[in-house]
Amino acid sequence: MGKKDEVSQQFLEALEFRGIKRRDFLKYCGATAALLGLSEVYGPKIAAALEKATKRQPVIWLNFASDSGCTEAFIKATYPSPAEVILDILSVDYNETIMAAAGKQSEEILASSRKTGGYILIVEGGIPTKKGHGMIGNREMLDVFKETAASAVAVIAIGSCATDGGVPAAKPNPSQIIGTGAAMEKTGIKKPLINLDLCPVNPEYLVGVVVNYLLLGKIPDLDHLGRPKMFYGQTIHDNCERRAHFDGGRFVEKFGSPEEALGYCLYKMGCKGPMTYSACPKIQYNARTSWCIKAGGPCIGCAERGWTDKFAGFYEPLPGVKIPGLGGVEAGADKLGAIAAVATAAGIAVHAATTAASGRTKDKDGGKK
Amino acid sequence: MARITIDPMTRIEGHLRIDVEIEGGKVKDAWTTGTLFRGFEIILQGRDPRDAWHITQRICGVCPTSHGHTSSMSMDDAFKVRPPDNGRILRNIIEGAQFVHSHILWFYHLNALDYVDVVSALKAQPKEGSLKKVQAKLKSFVESGQLGPFANAYWGHPAYKLPPDVNLIAVAHYLEALEMQAKAAQVSALFGGRMPMTMTSPPGGVTHVPTVDDLKNYLFRVKELQAWIDNVFLGDLLAIAPFYLGAAGVGKGPANFLSWGVFEDASFDPKKRLLPRGAVFAADFPKVHEAKPEDVMEHTKYSWYKGSKPLNPAVGETDPEYTGYDVNKKYTWAKAPRLQGKPMEVGALARMVVAYASGQPVAKKLIDDTLAKIGHAGKPQVLFGIIGRIAARTLECKMVADSMYQWGLDIIENIKKGNTAVYTDYKIPNKAQGIGLWEAPRGALGHWIDVDNKRIKNYQCVVPTTWNVCPRDDNGMRGPIEEALIGTAVHDSEKPLEVMRVVHSFDPCLACTVHVIHPESNRIMDFKVS
Repeated sequence: MGKKDEVSQQFLEALEFRGIKRRDFLKYCGATAALLGLSEVYGPKIAAALEKATKRQPVIWLNFASDSGCTEAFIKATYPSPAEVILDILSVDYNETIMAAAGKQSEEILASSRKTGGYILIVEGGIPTKKGHGMIGNREMLDVFKETAASAVAVIAIGSCATDGGVPAAKPNPSQIIGTGAAMEKTGIKKPLINLDLCPVNPEYLVGVVVNYLLLGKIPDLDHLGRPKMFYGQTIHDNCERRAHFDGGRFVEKFGSPEEALGYCLYKMGCKGPMTYSACPKIQYNARTSWCIKAGGPCIGCAERGWTDKFAGFYEPLPGVKIPGLGGVEAGADKLGAIAAVATAAGIAVHAATTAASGRTKDKDGGKK
Repeated sequence: MARITIDPMTRIEGHLRIDVEIEGGKVKDAWTTGTLFRGFEIILQGRDPRDAWHITQRICGVCPTSHGHTSSMSMDDAFKVRPPDNGRILRNIIEGAQFVHSHILWFYHLNALDYVDVVSALKAQPKEGSLKKVQAKLKSFVESGQLGPFANAYWGHPAYKLPPDVNLIAVAHYLEALEMQAKAAQVSALFGGRMPMTMTSPPGGVTHVPTVDDLKNYLFRVKELQAWIDNVFLGDLLAIAPFYLGAAGVGKGPANFLSWGVFEDASFDPKKRLLPRGAVFAADFPKVHEAKPEDVMEHTKYSWYKGSKPLNPAVGETDPEYTGYDVNKKYTWAKAPRLQGKPMEVGALARMVVAYASGQPVAKKLIDDTLAKIGHAGKPQVLFGIIGRIAARTLECKMVADSMYQWGLDIIENIKKGNTAVYTDYKIPNKAQGIGLWEAPRGALGHWIDVDNKRIKNYQCVVPTTWNVCPRDDNGMRGPIEEALIGTAVHDSEKPLEVMRVVHSFDPCLACTVHVIHPESNRIMDFKVS
């Protein structure tokens, strides 16, 4: 640890005062560095940078047409508790779910924040555009968004409702809900926008983006959908713990079966992992306790834009996929395992094919190890 | 007469507006308004029924598991499939962990700031080292001038009764509870994959085959939660209660209670669930009445829907139609459900009252012991109100956590006998109808499914907060929260802390409430799911 980056004794003691063990904090910074794709050496640098910040970064967190699942996900982050670190590093000035003030007093806070500006706006939930279908303080949610986004330094849309309307915007979208990007277009607001698709958001993604901003003063590299490449650069299939069974043609055909107990591949049970870009297998959920596929739940593709309609029939196997390595053979789930078992490279080829099938262009560095 | 509008109502889930009229320092009339409409039932039409348990979890991110389970139960009913014993127990476990996390979160992070004056904690004179540290942390936080979520609140309001030292302990536990609610959610994730939005309870049971490692891990996690609930959570209830016993009669409401029952028994008899099914009416407490779904009627005279005839959910007809806020005409997206024509309170207090009246031994002992400790032995009616709702959630949290430990042992016993089944396979019939009746932490939850040509034809939900936060019915009878607000003394109409206490005591969850639309008559029928 170089002198310049050394975290002061005083700061670590202050953290302990806040109930955060120094070992946990340094581990947190190490974990954050890993999330950001930096070497572990950067851990102490992150700690030092956060210490130097004299003023906690203000955050305004608006809930629109959401179910508060992303707020819930956010406060489930632990080991070490980014929730606590964020409470101390950030200044969460407005979040209706946790703030003590209400009604008039909370409106005052929002008004004064808009005047001061300089905050990161976190958006949870899509924005209804049908009159009267979404109101806060007797005002249309779209107006509340417009006024608040106007003074933000950057906007982070968390969860699939915020990025494209999510489940409540699925066909036929009864309240005509739109995502944050569309709302910015509609209201003529131009601000940096980071999309964190997932239902709900993985809290580690949110913490990673915020720390990236505080550290480097800029938003991370984004893909063509505005999602950080560090979290959305590879498919779930790429990193799945059950991948070897896919390649070996060993599949679960019934929930709770001996094959499930052996951790075989869930492809035939409808798993959308091959078409879904997210770091779920690496980062997992709830303090890395588990994740969907580990617990025997086939991926429903909730990190993808429009997933509720795109992947409808969550338990139906993905439709036949082309395997270019075998001369453009189209295979359903039944054949796929057998073909994969003989062609060791097929798995990778399937990945490329499904990527093309879903209309995505692969990022230059995506998929590389 | 002064009119107070609280909009947004904070420290709840979702978007709620509260209006009260004050006369002579007391609430004379009240109106509750759900201000967001999403329309989940329309979205479900035409889809593969098996998708419904995932989609309905997105009705509520606070109690997704309850929606998921209720949905899968409606399909278990429709497809005539029953989960094996381990499947039943694992669903109970995933649900139980959600109850524990939800109650901790509500007590400390949503409700406590109505009773705990954070700024007063600065005046405490703690002797114990860890409390000194918390106080120093709080001091540096306040001195930074950036109060974050604690800014612009009602600190110093005369309705705050706790001495500084107790306030400080509560602040310390506020922080500790943040960790504990996350740990409780990890237990849901252990068997559910993640929380919120668990992944492993489709119709037929659960997908996951628990390993010895899972069960060992589970039991020790539950032990940690139990120890914390016994030592800290119940301790805080008993430490805070004496200072607020004067508020015991506040926020009574209609005192009619409904529970569909939750935590399935091996017999699958809803009256034998850990928290049993039943209804209790104020007029003849403590008699327990049958709670039947066919006795539910929904009124829409004061809600933003077309049509005004009260109807049973199975034959409901409603179209959303926003006509502006007018308390004399229509003023909310929530409908007004009634059981046998009566407004019903739902939630932990309702479940504990029904359990107590049904003679459930664990609930009865917990309640009797607590009543004795606060000097009201033999008078359970004293719990009808804001203090009772706080007590009921705390006691229920203990009851559920203790049962969770036993459920883990039950699975181990099954495995010892060679019974490892967690899932029963089924075929989706061409036509089928089913009902799932269950409880979310916030109260009675029902899903109705109608399958035609293996697709969802109709899907309907009647959810907890709709019961509590509903408007007046066609006869002009107020909803439970509206009724509970009447007579509440308000010291300062600029800072209506006492109003917030009554509303928070119901733990409202508006995302659940205002999505309801009945498919029979709605006109958006011509879409196809790709």
